[in-house]
Amino acid sequence: MQFWGYKRKEGRAGIRNHVLILPTCVCGSETARIVASQVRGAVNIVFNTGCSDVQANTDMSQKVLTGFACNPNVYGVVIIGLGCETVGHKPLREKIQAMTSKPVVSFGIQEEGGTLRTIEKAVRAAREMAAEAGKQQKELCDISELLLGIECGGSDATSGIASNPAVGELSDLLVDMGASTMMSESIEWIGGEHVLAKRAATPEIHNQIIEVCRAYEEHLKAAGQDCRAGQPTPGNKAGGLSTLDEKSLGCIRKGGTRPIVEVLEQAARPTKTGAIVMDTAGFDISSITSMAAGGCNAIIFTTGRGTPTGNAIVPVLKVTANARTFKAMEDNMDVDLSAIVSGEKTYKEMGRELVDVIHDVCDGKLTKAEAYGFSDIAVDHVCRFV
Amino acid sequence: MKINALLIDETDNVVTCVEEVPAGNEVFYRKGGEVLSLKAAENIPYCHKAALRDFSEGEEVIKYGEMIGRTNSAIVKGGWVSDKNIYSVPRDYDSELIPEGGNH
Repeated sequence: MQFWGYKRKEGRAGIRNHVLILPTCVCGSETARIVASQVRGAVNIVFNTGCSDVQANTDMSQKVLTGFACNPNVYGVVIIGLGCETVGHKPLREKIQAMTSKPVVSFGIQEEGGTLRTIEKAVRAAREMAAEAGKQQKELCDISELLLGIECGGSDATSGIASNPAVGELSDLLVDMGASTMMSESIEWIGGEHVLAKRAATPEIHNQIIEVCRAYEEHLKAAGQDCRAGQPTPGNKAGGLSTLDEKSLGCIRKGGTRPIVEVLEQAARPTKTGAIVMDTAGFDISSITSMAAGGCNAIIFTTGRGTPTGNAIVPVLKVTANARTFKAMEDNMDVDLSAIVSGEKTYKEMGRELVDVIHDVCDGKLTKAEAYGFSDIAVDHVCRFV
Repeated sequence: MKINALLIDETDNVVTCVEEVPAGNEVFYRKGGEVLSLKAAENIPYCHKAALRDFSEGEEVIKYGEMIGRTNSAIVKGGWVSDKNIYSVPRDYDSELIPEGGNH
């Protein structure tokens, strides 16, 4: 299978060709938003940290920012810094340039003499970059260039019994064709980690999966939180998910059944091809943020209760097997999988149908969240601000 | 017979209702080739679980063929199984690890 994408000098092909306006820190976020609003083809993220952080948080932020810049859906990057943040625009630019040959420019608000002067220069730079991006022709790319992120959020009981198994089937079919998939949300492996670990390609990966779950529980315990108190969420419980174990056993089905070839730290880039898992929060927006930073070029999102979320860089395709949710939130839901619950179709049949849907998204069809220009982001933290 | 509940694994002791089932109405689900039924002992909301047998306190509740929790009170056959009457049991991670040199 092939799709029409944008070939990159390094790594996978893009399925979009965005100019990314990237703030180094919260103080650059509003300026970045204004710059992006002035240039067709540009997208921005609203970054809520980058200053007064402990080193571990800074490390996480830097992985996310550089990961976004290197995401295959990004043609080029315009960085907006302030001047006194932990990692300024110049060092961030140099980091990104060491990772990718795509065009990267940067400006500092304090150096330029305020917001308006920065906007003027950055809009000009972004406009020129967008003009060049417009010249790039799409080329036929092999499906192996696809790295599909697999997410679930606002889960209810239909997620685990219908939409997640269908997406698991999609994942298996894609992996068999040579593509890669990434399932995250490690807190939602807990209670099903022994089942997930059976998919490990090696004993080392098996143990990594178990240890990721243990570490997550211990991390929350150190902050005085029992993971079973926050999960399932009130919405999950109202949707029929009674325990974390029940939620997890349903969640892990979205990753399919193929051997797990790599366990990644949050926001890290894969080194293997096939079915990959990443250690992220169960908080869907944060998990998507980390998977986009890890280089996913498309994301499929199963939901039961319904969610509007979208990402600036990576198209997020929303699917639900809850017929009521699809009807109530049709303007946010992309695919109705409720035929699985009603018994009209099997999850395997609907998984096969999803291959064509994802293929269309790769070819350029906008998801609903993408058409609205949604740009949700949540960078995970390990500690309070200083 | 139209079903209104799903049994995920044959070893499960709960079913998930895919329609709201009022108390006294029948819960119909498929097991193998057969359609089985039981009477709902209370209202079972959409997407929620009904007990396939009587549970006493402390028993394992099975869905997907795996334990999803333990009961913290007795539940009658046809009763509503929810976050109010089952709880998550902490994991024993050490027992799940493969020892060095062990086979996967």
